[in-house]
Amino acid sequence: MDFSFTEEQTLLRNSIQKFVQDEYDFDTRRKIIASDEGMKEENWQTLAELGLLAAPFTEEQGGFGGGPIETMIVMEEFGRGLVVEPYAPTVIQCGGFLRYAGSSEQQEALIPQIIEGKLKMAFAYAEPQGRYNLADLTTTAEQKGGDFVINGYKAVVIGGPWADKFIVTARTSGSQREEKGVTVFIIDKGADGVSTRDYPTVDGFRASELTLENVVVGKDAVVGEVDNGLPLVEKIADEAIAAYCAEAIGAMKVLNDTTVEYCKTRKQFGQPIGKFQVLQHRMVDMFMEYEQSVSMTYMVNLKLEEDEIERKKAASGAKVQIGKSGRFVGQQSVQLHGGMGMTDELNVGHYFKRLTMIDTAFGNVDHHLKRYAKLSQA
Amino acid sequence: MDLSFSTEDEEFRREVRAFIEREYDDDLRRQMAQSKNGYLDKEGQMKWMKKLSNQGWLAPNWPKEYGGPGWTQTQKYIFDVETSAAGTPPVLAFGVKMVAPVIMAFGSDEQKQTYLPPILASDVWWCQGYSEPGSGSDLASLQMRAEDKGDHFLCNGSKIWTTLAQHADWIFCLVRTDADAAKPQQGISFLLIDMKTPGISVEPIVTLDMPVANQQEVNQVFFDDVRVPKENLIGELNRGWTYAKYLLEFERGNAYGPSLKRSIAKVKSIAENELVGTGERLIDDSSFAGKIADMERQITAMEFTELRIFAALSAGERVGPESSMLKAKGSELGQGITELTLEATGFYTQPLMRDTWAEIKGRTNEPRVGPTYAAPVAPYYFNYRKASIYAGSNEVQRNIMAKLVLGL
Repeated sequence: MDFSFTEEQTLLRNSIQKFVQDEYDFDTRRKIIASDEGMKEENWQTLAELGLLAAPFTEEQGGFGGGPIETMIVMEEFGRGLVVEPYAPTVIQCGGFLRYAGSSEQQEALIPQIIEGKLKMAFAYAEPQGRYNLADLTTTAEQKGGDFVINGYKAVVIGGPWADKFIVTARTSGSQREEKGVTVFIIDKGADGVSTRDYPTVDGFRASELTLENVVVGKDAVVGEVDNGLPLVEKIADEAIAAYCAEAIGAMKVLNDTTVEYCKTRKQFGQPIGKFQVLQHRMVDMFMEYEQSVSMTYMVNLKLEEDEIERKKAASGAKVQIGKSGRFVGQQSVQLHGGMGMTDELNVGHYFKRLTMIDTAFGNVDHHLKRYAKLSQA
Repeated sequence: MDLSFSTEDEEFRREVRAFIEREYDDDLRRQMAQSKNGYLDKEGQMKWMKKLSNQGWLAPNWPKEYGGPGWTQTQKYIFDVETSAAGTPPVLAFGVKMVAPVIMAFGSDEQKQTYLPPILASDVWWCQGYSEPGSGSDLASLQMRAEDKGDHFLCNGSKIWTTLAQHADWIFCLVRTDADAAKPQQGISFLLIDMKTPGISVEPIVTLDMPVANQQEVNQVFFDDVRVPKENLIGELNRGWTYAKYLLEFERGNAYGPSLKRSIAKVKSIAENELVGTGERLIDDSSFAGKIADMERQITAMEFTELRIFAALSAGERVGPESSMLKAKGSELGQGITELTLEATGFYTQPLMRDTWAEIKGRTNEPRVGPTYAAPVAPYYFNYRKASIYAGSNEVQRNIMAKLVLGL
């Protein structure tokens, strides 16, 4: 049993902390998210130079062979800085598809570009009617000759405006919610029939609605097996969840530290408000929520490579924890900051908003409680 | 005990409903549905309040001698229930419900004649100058100075979280007139200040729901050598704290129950529209339906608590610190409903639509992202965190109950 980090992992953490400290202070971030672009290209290049974009890829693929713990460290630190650059969509999600199931041609063509910071991608999985069910797809891909013709609509594609390519789930056979019949495709943003509606999100990110009208792709655009894509999609979603959990604990830590500090200095009734027992207990509860969340985040990241049932339970269990704790910590941080916590000027509201939105990514508390219950009964 | 209303009361209810049906037009309804903070813009607020004023219904709490409608407690309650249930725009409390009762109780005849008729006609916009940057829950520590300069007070300082101050014609302020008083509460006075007076500036405070200019809610108001005529003092010098307490005790907000009912009905309508990914509607999903049921049950508890208090008021009893229970419980249930709305709307809470009135107001032709109800959901959830902070944080409300109700 060992929960310590290796020297390399500590160095990795330090390098990201330095990046966040130097390039991502709160005012700089405000400027970044308010800019037309909504992210900063130079930052993306810095992440490439730091080797972060290469972290999870194997050495044969040109990467560093980092595992879930390395990804967890990166995302936790990004959570502390509320970094908006599309690391999770590009490297963890789309990079994951390529690593696990990309053909050698796909890997050779795309992974080096990701590593060098020349290619950004986004994962388009959600559909309005499907809520959090990854298999509920009305987007279809019909085989025509050697090609596929894709038609459909994808909702809230995080990082969509910055993406050069999308990874899209579509139905190649079966009924709307059937497990079999899901296929994963790579689609160029510039391909005929692809259109996007881009917008900012409430937590400072950018996303797109993606419309696909008679988009023609060849067989070489398929990632993994035709019709058997769902297990792969679920694996990537679970890894995305593990990463978002890490981001969330980074955000919670900042909120808890900021709130304790504020309550030590803010005086009302002639004393620091942190002297009031009711607020002390509240902050202790926030601390306990955070610690449970850290534990669940470690747990899920340690179990990502276990068998499918274990992995799914771990991901769902952790996502429920993060959803509940994130809500509590976010709300109480605002409450204890009083009116100041309600302002855009203070960082508190920004972390609160991010934690709120993490709950809607890849399934909320209710969704994952049900999934966990089902897996436990199986 | 009896829950029924008299035939006269039921007749009155029909009258109120007919008024709402007639005057709460589609334009106002559409704007309220997209409001991120519960208010309309100045034009919308004025439009609704003028309609009420013309009907003679703007100030149900005013005595008949001042132009109130002369309703019974039951009629006031029915009016409250019906307007909340319909989700009409709020009547701004600052004039009608806050400064007016203080002027009636403690103002001079001249002040009554000057200030009350324009409030009743909805011709002036008032705002409230209580909180300061250093004085939130500990309001009595306020620092804004009003120095006696013979024929006027010279005011310096600032007020914060001033709701809709950018539209205000007047502000009523608690100011410090005696810095050396034995207790901080003893050196405070209640002053009316014309917002056009030189030296006053209003700075918007951007809240985390990111309002655009015409949806801006709170502000900081700065006073830099502002000369306020002596005749704008209400009551006696250094007695302002008593008047402020009177205001708090005398005036509570609307009943929470009816508006909570309306909000949960909205959650249900969203849940009827949302699918859960099994093809089932969210409203038919057992765990979400359970949450709605539990919320409705709690709203019923709230409603009957309010009815009990209302009955006590009707019987002529004065209701004191129990109102803290209504504020704490009502705001927390309201926040719980914003959470359910957020959950029900799912990932379409994410797109940021800063100007939620853009289409209604003809400022854009661009269709919004996701279902029409989605855009204000997250901003309203963020914004409504204010409810457990403002008007005495819920921690302060619990302190009041511990001390004054339980005697601890």
